Amino acid sequence: MSTAVSSDALLQVRDLEKHFPITKGLLRRKVGAVQAVDGVSFHVHKGETLGLVGESGCGKTTTGRLLTRLLEPTGGSIKFEGKDISHVSQGRMRPLRRDMQMIFQDPFSSLNPRHTVGTIVGAPFRIQKVETPNGIKRAVQDLLALVGLNPEHYNRYPHEFSGGQRQRIGIARTLALRPKLIIADEPVSALDVSIQAQVVNLLDDLQTELGLTYVVIAHDLSVVRHISDRVAVMYLGKIVELADRDTLYANPMHPYTNALISAVPVPDPVRRDKAQRERILLVGDVPSPIDPPSGCHFRTRCWKAQDICAAEEPPLVPKTDDQAHTVACHFPVFPVVPTQASAPASS
Amino acid sequence: MSTSTSFTVDRTSGGGPSTSFLELRELRIHFPTDDGVVHAVDPVSFRLERGKTLGIVGESGSGKSVTSLGILGLHNRRNAKVSGEIWLDGTEIVGAAPDTVRLLRGKKMAMIFQDPLSSLHPYYSVGWQIIEAYRTHNKVSKQVARKHAVDMLGRVGIPRPERRVDDYPHQFSGGMRQRAMIAMALSCDPDLLIADEPTTALDVTVQAQILDLMRDLQAEFNSALIIITHDLGVVAELADDILVMYGGKGIEYGSAREIFERPEHPYTWGLLGSMPRLDRTRTERLIPIPGTPPSLINLPSGCAFHPRCRYADRTNGLSYTEVPELVSSGGAHPTRCHLTAQQRREYFETDIKPNLELA
Repeated sequence: MSTAVSSDALLQVRDLEKHFPITKGLLRRKVGAVQAVDGVSFHVHKGETLGLVGESGCGKTTTGRLLTRLLEPTGGSIKFEGKDISHVSQGRMRPLRRDMQMIFQDPFSSLNPRHTVGTIVGAPFRIQKVETPNGIKRAVQDLLALVGLNPEHYNRYPHEFSGGQRQRIGIARTLALRPKLIIADEPVSALDVSIQAQVVNLLDDLQTELGLTYVVIAHDLSVVRHISDRVAVMYLGKIVELADRDTLYANPMHPYTNALISAVPVPDPVRRDKAQRERILLVGDVPSPIDPPSGCHFRTRCWKAQDICAAEEPPLVPKTDDQAHTVACHFPVFPVVPTQASAPASS
Repeated sequence: MSTSTSFTVDRTSGGGPSTSFLELRELRIHFPTDDGVVHAVDPVSFRLERGKTLGIVGESGSGKSVTSLGILGLHNRRNAKVSGEIWLDGTEIVGAAPDTVRLLRGKKMAMIFQDPLSSLHPYYSVGWQIIEAYRTHNKVSKQVARKHAVDMLGRVGIPRPERRVDDYPHQFSGGMRQRAMIAMALSCDPDLLIADEPTTALDVTVQAQILDLMRDLQAEFNSALIIITHDLGVVAELADDILVMYGGKGIEYGSAREIFERPEHPYTWGLLGSMPRLDRTRTERLIPIPGTPPSLINLPSGCAFHPRCRYADRTNGLSYTEVPELVSSGGAHPTRCHLTAQQRREYFETDIKPNLELA
């Protein structure tokens, strides 16, 4: 899957950039920019799931909003099925929205409390003026059944449902127009553990059944590993590592990916001492995207940083024989080399 | 850790002062509302010694946060019905006067809340908020209290605390706010610290820093720590003992090793099975617990877990009619389940364990 040429990519993103201007004073002078997404390139093949992980403020949500063109990029290009959509107008975008839909994080604020489930799930048909063979009601009930809800709940309101059920309503709405690409922004993070698994399995089944392509944005590394085929790790507006799921989790090469994976608490009290010893504790916080560090953005917290890291930005390139495993680092971690004593970062 | 007796709940000596540092005996907290009585805690018992950590695990609405508010006496006394006993270092709290509890709160017991942004006052500087708590319990001058606040901020790893002490909460990042909350909770050197989802709002790398900090500080202050969370990874990192809650009840209580290695309750099995884990090879499918958590107003009859339990029909109908007791059977730690010890062992070995141990 990963070796396939990028020509069959459903979505191609090149050097995508979104800088939010910071203005000051009466004349709204531009005094700076929040570099939320700062040169991101990747592609998504048909039928696969790309996971986008990173900490809050790394630009993953902004990337998702750019992909669905809820925001307009300030640089770079997004190609969907070979068509450049980076700057098309709202009107031109509308027919395309049938093919790319979004699942939102919070099932409480993403459903209108004054609308019934029928209205919510049927809205895409009305907005896009899609003719359904047996009427909208029938189509909505089919969708509700598809996501595992009772079709008789057509006339109920969102508050009558639990969090997991609401997320299912959101998913039903997303699926209404049979999109090709679904961007899911933290689809399960607002749900209870026992419900998370239900929704993850549902997304999995729908992908097999309907041949969907997903871009899943999440901060939970274990959930991302479970649902993604390929995983991109973001840090401060950039992708620092992109690889096949198994490769990334088995041999993370970027120091940040290593730190991120080692920080996940291990649900095994027997191994906790070992896990603690091997844990890479990052110092400090993520720098502000208004004024990111020069060169490699991660260098201020990296224990391997040297002078070149401040001077030169490392490109996202393969460092091993595996061409699909790209990493943006001057001193990547190679699995064969025994890990050096992690000295505290000296920035 | 085969001393399952240490987890048995003392029913016989009810009334006498507790020998443990903290002991909850059949604590029940009910809230009468227009829709019916909310059985938020119904009941919970556990004991905790100084220097030890108890993890309370459960889904939202399982009563874990209300339990902690009950211990601190932070529930609304007008509409909450509290019964049972809470013994803190020889003092009974449930029947004590609000002023007595007020003196204990902050000094003897303190709490770290989940969301540091909404639990810090946006109008006052971080230092002011720590100084206020410290001066309430200690007769010291403002200068001394301020010095103490700077000390505390430094202790929890805030860089340049003498300057940050005058900053407002919005000037701190999420991780630093949580550190400031911890500094505030620890400022009076409490013997009991309750952390309610202390890392849920934080990123994993920051979470690792905070968990590390809490571990170090606990060792230093030798306080008893209760950590409330839904994240089994976090409790596995910190807790010595674990109490699993479901529908307001403690349903399984044992040492961390026992809960993770030989869980007894089908709900705990479900929790462990539904969680994707980085330390195991990836499975094709997660095994979710069917259904949704119960409403605390209309708890299912009998065992509250029976509508979601795949073994509920193997108890001769007991699960549907009778509420099980939290008892230990067959030498295991206490669990609230009608299945016999032998049945549980059999189901765990055949159905559950193979799925959990695909290492």
